Amino acid sequence: MSAPSLVVEGLVRGFGHVRAVRGVSFSLGRGEALAVFGPNGAGKTTLLRLLAGILRPDRGDIRIGGLPLVRESAGQRRRIGLIGHQTLCYDGLSAAENLEFFARLYGLGDPRVAALKALEEAGLSDRAAIRVGTMSRGQQQRVAIARALLHDPEIVLLDEPFTGLDQHAAAALRGQLGRLRREMRTVVLVTHNLDEGLELASHVAIQVAGRFAEFGPRSGDAAAFRTRYAEATANG
Amino acid sequence: MASALGAGLIIAGKDLKLELRSRTAFLSSLAFTALVLAIFNFARDPTLISATDLAPGILWITFSFAGLLGLNRAFALELENRALEALLLAPVSRTSIYLGKAIANLVFVGLVEGVALPLFAIFFNVPILPVLGGLTLVIALATIGFVAVGTLLSAIAVSTRFAELMLPVLMLPFLVPPITGAVQVTSRLFAARPFAEMAPWLKLLAGYDIVVVVTALLIFEFTLDQ
Repeated sequence: MSAPSLVVEGLVRGFGHVRAVRGVSFSLGRGEALAVFGPNGAGKTTLLRLLAGILRPDRGDIRIGGLPLVRESAGQRRRIGLIGHQTLCYDGLSAAENLEFFARLYGLGDPRVAALKALEEAGLSDRAAIRVGTMSRGQQQRVAIARALLHDPEIVLLDEPFTGLDQHAAAALRGQLGRLRREMRTVVLVTHNLDEGLELASHVAIQVAGRFAEFGPRSGDAAAFRTRYAEATANG
Repeated sequence: MASALGAGLIIAGKDLKLELRSRTAFLSSLAFTALVLAIFNFARDPTLISATDLAPGILWITFSFAGLLGLNRAFALELENRALEALLLAPVSRTSIYLGKAIANLVFVGLVEGVALPLFAIFFNVPILPVLGGLTLVIALATIGFVAVGTLLSAIAVSTRFAELMLPVLMLPFLVPPITGAVQVTSRLFAARPFAEMAPWLKLLAGYDIVVVVTALLIFEFTLDQ
C-alpha cells in the first residue's frame, strides 16, 4: 500500500441520542478507492460529511496527508472534493456561472477559464450557458463532478452518485470515476448499490448501525461479499 | 484564497445575481410595501391624526416587514440542491459566508427602502426632501442593525420547520431597539426638531449596530453546525 493519504481513527458522531457513526477507523493510500456499503440509516452519509469536514466529530481523528482535518483549516478543505446525489449547485445559475463562482471561492487563477476548462473536460462545453436547473439529471451530475474536481482535490468523496441516473448517464459516471483512480486520487464512495460500488473499489466496507462490520481490500469473489453483506445487514 | 471580505463579496454577488434572475423576493417585498402603505393611508382619518404624527411608525413597520420577506430567502437559496455543503467545504471562513449574506441582504433591503420611500412620501404627503440627509442616516443605521441580526437569525431559522414563520418570531423582539430609535428620530425629523433631541437615539442605533454586528460575527460559525 502507498503512504496513507486518508487516515480515520475512532470516528464517533451522534445527533441527540442517536449515534450515527460509532468508532469508524480505516486508512487509504493515494489511488485507492473505498466503497462503503450499508442499508439506509447505517450512517454512511454522516460518515462522508465528517470526512468532508462539514460535520465535526464528537470523537476521533481524520488526517489527510498526515495533517489533521479541522474545520478551520481552509488548506485541508481544499484537498477534498464532494459529490452528492444532489448537485450542490444553484439551479438559477448556468453551469459556467456555478463553476466560476466556486473557482473564485477556491482562489483559482482565472476563474472563468478554469470553469470553462472543467466543463470541457466534463463534455459540457456546449451547455456552459444553460442553467443547471433546466439540465437533465445526467448533465447535472456531470456539472456536479466538474464542480467537485475544479480545484484538483486529492480526496474525492461520493454520496450515492448514481441515484436517479439512467443507464447511459450511469455508464458515463462510471467512466469518470475510473478516471479519478487513474489520476491517483483517493476516493470514498458510499452507496447501497453493490454492483456500482464493487466495480470501482479497491477496498470495501460494510457499515451497519454506525459501525464498520467489515473493512478490507476487495477480493475477487463478489458472490462471497454479497453473502457477507446480506448476513451483516440482516444481523445489524 | 480570497480574504474574508473578498469571499463575502463573491457570495453576495452570487446571491444578488440569483435574486436579479428571479426577482421573486424583491417584487414580493415591493408589492407588500405598496399594499401596506395604501391600506394605512386609506384606513386613517386625517381629521383625527395628522400624517406627520402617524407616518414615522408606519414607515418603519413597512420597512421591517418588507425586509423580513427578503431575509428569509438568504439561506433558503443554499438549501437548494444542498448547495450549502459546497459552500461550507470551500476554503473560506464561515465569517465570509455571514458577510456575504449580510451584504446581499443590505443591498436587497436598501433597494426595497429606496423604492418604498417615494411611495411613502406620495401616500402620506410627507415632504421628505428637506430631511433627506437625516432620513438617509437613520435609515442606514437602522437597516444595518436590522440586517445584521436578521442574517444571523435567518441562518438559525432556515434549518427549522416552518422557517418562514420562525424568522419573524425570533427576530421581532430584537427589532424593538432599532425600530424604536428609528421611529423617534424620524418623527423628530418630520417635526423639524433640533438635532440635539435626536442625538441620543442616533447613538442608540449606532451602539446597537456595533453590538449586533460584533455578536453576529462571533457566533455565526455555530449557527451552521448540526
